Amino acid sequence: MKKLMLGNAAVARGAYEAGVTVVASYPGTPSTEITENIVKYDEIYAEWSPNEKVAGEVAIGASIGGARAMSCMKHVGLNVMADPVFTASYTGVSGGLVLCVADDPGMHSSQNEQDSRHYAKAAKLLMLEPSDSSECKEFTKKAFKISEDFDTPVIIRLSTRVSHSQGLVDEKDRENYELKDYEKNSAKYVMMPGNAIKRHVVVEERTKKEIEFAETTDLNTTEINSDKIGVITSGISYMYAKEALGDRVSYLKLGMVYPLPEKLIKDFCEKHEKVYIIEELDPFIEEHCKALGLDVIGKEKFTMLGEYTPALIKKAIFDEDSNEFATIDEQIPIRPPVMCAGCPHRATFYVLKKLGLVVSGDIGCYTLGAAAPLASVDSTICMGASVSAALGMAKARGNEFNKKLVSVIGDSTFIHSGITGLIDIVYNKGNNTVIILDNSITGMTGHQDNPTTGFTIRKEPTKQVDLELLAKAVGIERVVVADPFDLKNFERIVKEETQADEPSVIIAQRPCALLKTVKYTGHCKIGPECKNCRMCMKLGCPAISVKDDKVVIDETQCNGCGLCINVCPFGAIHKED
Amino acid sequence: MTKNIMIVGVGGQGTLLASRILGNTVIGEGYDVKLSEVHGMSQRGGSVVTYVKYGDKVYSPIIGQGEADIILAFEILEAYRAMPYLKKGGVIIANSQKIDPMPVITGAMKYPEDIENKISSKVDLVEVDALSLAEKAGNIKSVNVVLIGVMAKNTDIPYEKWVETIKKTVPEKFLDANLKAFDYGYNL
Repeated sequence: MKKLMLGNAAVARGAYEAGVTVVASYPGTPSTEITENIVKYDEIYAEWSPNEKVAGEVAIGASIGGARAMSCMKHVGLNVMADPVFTASYTGVSGGLVLCVADDPGMHSSQNEQDSRHYAKAAKLLMLEPSDSSECKEFTKKAFKISEDFDTPVIIRLSTRVSHSQGLVDEKDRENYELKDYEKNSAKYVMMPGNAIKRHVVVEERTKKEIEFAETTDLNTTEINSDKIGVITSGISYMYAKEALGDRVSYLKLGMVYPLPEKLIKDFCEKHEKVYIIEELDPFIEEHCKALGLDVIGKEKFTMLGEYTPALIKKAIFDEDSNEFATIDEQIPIRPPVMCAGCPHRATFYVLKKLGLVVSGDIGCYTLGAAAPLASVDSTICMGASVSAALGMAKARGNEFNKKLVSVIGDSTFIHSGITGLIDIVYNKGNNTVIILDNSITGMTGHQDNPTTGFTIRKEPTKQVDLELLAKAVGIERVVVADPFDLKNFERIVKEETQADEPSVIIAQRPCALLKTVKYTGHCKIGPECKNCRMCMKLGCPAISVKDDKVVIDETQCNGCGLCINVCPFGAIHKED
Repeated sequence: MTKNIMIVGVGGQGTLLASRILGNTVIGEGYDVKLSEVHGMSQRGGSVVTYVKYGDKVYSPIIGQGEADIILAFEILEAYRAMPYLKKGGVIIANSQKIDPMPVITGAMKYPEDIENKISSKVDLVEVDALSLAEKAGNIKSVNVVLIGVMAKNTDIPYEKWVETIKKTVPEKFLDANLKAFDYGYNL
């Protein structure tokens, strides 16, 4: 029977059925659930790696070792992995190697809207793009075979709506894939100039063969319904187009988006009076068509911003409006994401805001420290940048400025790429203060273990990286561990460490309130002592609000963490069971 | 024809579980189904939107303005926000609970007044005090299942099928409260 499955779960199922034995990834929305679903299959070794570069290298090594291997990441994760990926294109594979990258058009949970298809072209890697859960499974399975047939890593490109939509999937048995014999082959795998020069020739030859494959593969399909209008599309855009335009137009659906076919596209264009290219984000297919001298319509009709919808496509092609709908006749408040009730980061940002510090931020739940009312974070660029960018700021503006500057970075992000920045601070004589927000888990992506939690992806106990020792080992002499909920003490420590004339690390330790091991009980209630001073409102806790000009705590939202009790100057907040 | 159901609420209210109960119930009926979910940053107490579509063949997993047959709202402001997505002749089933969004908490904006009338003056609204019913069922967190119960009554899928999915989806120790919650909603 067919099962309802998340696109990401279907990718995992495809990898399982293809006989994969090694999967290494770093979590990142919208890709995380692929690797989480891999864990359901005991036959597969799975790991959360410290970052995507490491994950990619583990997968590459497993492939050289003769196994079918996979690594999964979000779009910006591929930036981190790019270094080994470009060279793995030259070495090719032994066991099939598949890299899954999930783009995030519309930026539901990302810092940019980059289009990963450019990586396929730049690294000369074959790329497939499924449109729904069923294709996620089928394409992933095929990708391993293609990888071996063409001796190349294959990229599968997903997007939020494909990764996070559920659709029906047919499950099949696992293929019995035999580990390939290991043979030393330095001409293929040692990429020093003498060998790499020869491998580059192989890559160019391979691409030619892949273009021939693109002309005939059943991954690319044509559906002729009209001689007037043709649509060339791929991925989720195909589903939107199909819903919006139905049988009124013809389709060339590209399941393989790099390299792109030439003859197939030319023939399709010749059969139609007008051809539209429907692709979210950049004009990737469009530019290919235009380079072939084809008169196609693309970004002059369709935006490069955000996600598409069937309605947008219908309007652009047939100038037809969508259904009538009831309008809202007033401005209503938006509901942006907030730190959860009980979040340990709230206490940290409350103190940083109070002290008026410049905060160099990072990627995680704590990016929300930039939002009102805490509004403390000054910059957020990418994983790890909080540490190194703060060093740059301090070098630019001098030591007095540095005394008002801190970096904040989560435990997982610190391991991912904050540690190298910290080494830079020590090595190049910075005096920065780095606050590691140690909430005992990778929070934003939904509770994945990491090297600081002491557990593997399968919840097996393992050696735990000791952040305090690690900071000391790279040369930080001032390392303080503190609980941010102890507001007075935490404030004193932040003041002291920012004023010190040497680099320091504060480990703000308190676990994520959503962890099962965290047992806050009861809930907080405002007592008659309340003077309506609204100090507690400064916390930006979603459970505390004003009703009829009085501060109230919503029982259904409060988890009894008690932080508000600590900020109330009149002792008016009490804990109730 | 596809049937389009939109589930909206505040991150953390259990909209995802509700959409999965719904999705798994309709596949049992032999339909093609697509569900579109939201994970990551958007889940952190922000507006959460999930789409469930079923029919002979479903292409796009998302629902556009004027396309939803049913909007199941876990919070009344979110019901209001989602109103433009309702199809002519569709129905909004909304929990009467109010949760202040951050711009209201910080005082930058006011929580709109009289939302119930603003919605019902334009479209069909079924308002439910799901929080009280969930409390009565013995688990304050079963608001989502109360609302599923109300919605189930608005579909042609038999009662037993829903109960079957809930039994498969909800952990054993919460099952009793959730089955009660479903009944309260269904028999409203």
